[in-house]
Amino acid sequence: MNALHVLRAEGVLSVQDLGRPGHIAQGLSRGGAMDRLALIEAGALLGLKSVVAGIEMAGTGGLFTVDQPTRIALTGAAMTATLNDAPLQWQACHLIAPGQRLRIGGAQAGAYSYLVPAGGVLTPEWLDSRAAHLNIGIGAILTSGQKLKIGTDRAPETPSLIITVAPRFQGGTIRMMDGPQTSLFSDHVLATFCQTTFARAPRGNRQGVRLDADARFASDHAGSLASDMLLPGDLQMTGDGVPYVLLAECQTMGGYPRIGSVIPADLAQIAQTPPGGQIRFQRITLEQADALFRDEAGQLRDAAARCRYLTRDPAMMADLLSYQLVGGMTRGDELEED
Amino acid sequence: MSDPTELTPTALPAGLDGVLIRMALTPAPAAMAAAQMLAAELDRTPPKGTVEIAPGLVSVLVRFDAAVTTRDQLAKAMLRRASVIANDPPGLPDPARRWTIPAAFGGDHGPQLGEVARTVGQSEEAAIDEICSADLRILAIGFAPGQPYVGLLPEAWNLPRMSELNPQVPAGALVSAVRQLVMFTAASTTGWRQIAQTGFRCFDPGRDQPIPLRPGDAIRYTAVSASDMAGLMATTDGLGGARLEVLR
Repeated sequence: MNALHVLRAEGVLSVQDLGRPGHIAQGLSRGGAMDRLALIEAGALLGLKSVVAGIEMAGTGGLFTVDQPTRIALTGAAMTATLNDAPLQWQACHLIAPGQRLRIGGAQAGAYSYLVPAGGVLTPEWLDSRAAHLNIGIGAILTSGQKLKIGTDRAPETPSLIITVAPRFQGGTIRMMDGPQTSLFSDHVLATFCQTTFARAPRGNRQGVRLDADARFASDHAGSLASDMLLPGDLQMTGDGVPYVLLAECQTMGGYPRIGSVIPADLAQIAQTPPGGQIRFQRITLEQADALFRDEAGQLRDAAARCRYLTRDPAMMADLLSYQLVGGMTRGDELEED
Repeated sequence: MSDPTELTPTALPAGLDGVLIRMALTPAPAAMAAAQMLAAELDRTPPKGTVEIAPGLVSVLVRFDAAVTTRDQLAKAMLRRASVIANDPPGLPDPARRWTIPAAFGGDHGPQLGEVARTVGQSEEAAIDEICSADLRILAIGFAPGQPYVGLLPEAWNLPRMSELNPQVPAGALVSAVRQLVMFTAASTTGWRQIAQTGFRCFDPGRDQPIPLRPGDAIRYTAVSASDMAGLMATTDGLGGARLEVLR
């Protein structure tokens, strides 16, 4: 059996996949990775047909080893990474041999980073998902010394890939669409909302994050509305008009009015904005939003098209002698593909 | 109470793969009954492309597969059915089951009971009596797994949510706003006021039935002392002394 050993867990680490959709009626939100795109990009780097579970790391990473040769993808917010002290590129996949020590340090920008083994993390499933849902006590934060069962990498010799990712780790402009309660806000409040620069609040969690600004965004209807269903991305105003963006482990129902909803394509950008990072909102039409819809299979295909072979500088390779440089079969032109 | 002019079914966007049909903005009894009826009907014969149906208090959310249907097609199909129901709004059906759930009101277990009772215009004792004698139903399950929205209390209990959030109420807390009670699944931040504490765990993934409560169940709270609550909170089945009667 193959295992990923968490020799040291230094950040807030949990197992995540794309979560468990379909249970809103029971009060269970989808959960799953805070940056779903990063898990999809990991799947593309590893040449997978569907996304597998990996380790989500917030803040910093830890120290890891494996039992069998396994490729791992490193995606999401870039962290410092070394394999036996040789630096590894982020947004790329790498082969790890048993005994080699993978050390992952602090994030340079962004908030959530992912370590995904090619065979996926195989912790037990609950309702068809391995995602820890920390808010309701499903799964738990990983601790030092834990051994996680992982699937066997069926093609560890596959050359390493690197993926080009759009910048989403520093805040910026976020597109929002109307939701069920947008019309409960006045045109003036909506206009002001889109002209305001917000700072991501210092505290936040997997349920959501507060956005700070001097302005307030109240609706006359707040206070007496019937509660209704909430979804990740919703921009909820508490009674005093302070916005919260709801994220993966958000509640499923609430009564504070929502001014709109962050479109799925930009939700990773919100989740990845570090504390203090600046955010502005751009309201787009339903037609524009619908045109930006991509299902997960489509996103995986798009991500695969952004991958290319990773070339490493031999001078940087402390482990050069462990590589079999001339024995492999090669056509010699693979690097020219795509 | 069942004045049909109250009901204005509206189809609204809920994310890129969701349509929400809302019967009214506030939790009027006719709107709640109509939403439950619409959800039941959609469950029986889901429109093409439906992947998930979730009933709220006065609305129903349907999530769809964009490869099979469009937002507009689904909204039209749902609105047709909603309008038929809205034109002849039903009453709430009789409950099939009734829960009797012990609760310790006031003091450390209900720090905002006094404030709520004052707003309702009653003594704390009268407010407790009114809750314990009310004909209450589970109106919806939501916020957290298995967490019930319970109501409706008399009109005087139409308290707005707080503008400042309650930083944290414990699991099992009984809170109130907008003529309703919520019994919290997990410790949580909330804009509702805590009036009591129960030992009822709404969700336990390790239990045979992780989620014991269902929409439509009748609920009756019985007041117990703080010292009795300590024992009830320690019950190993996690039901805090609650009893379930099957009525039909």
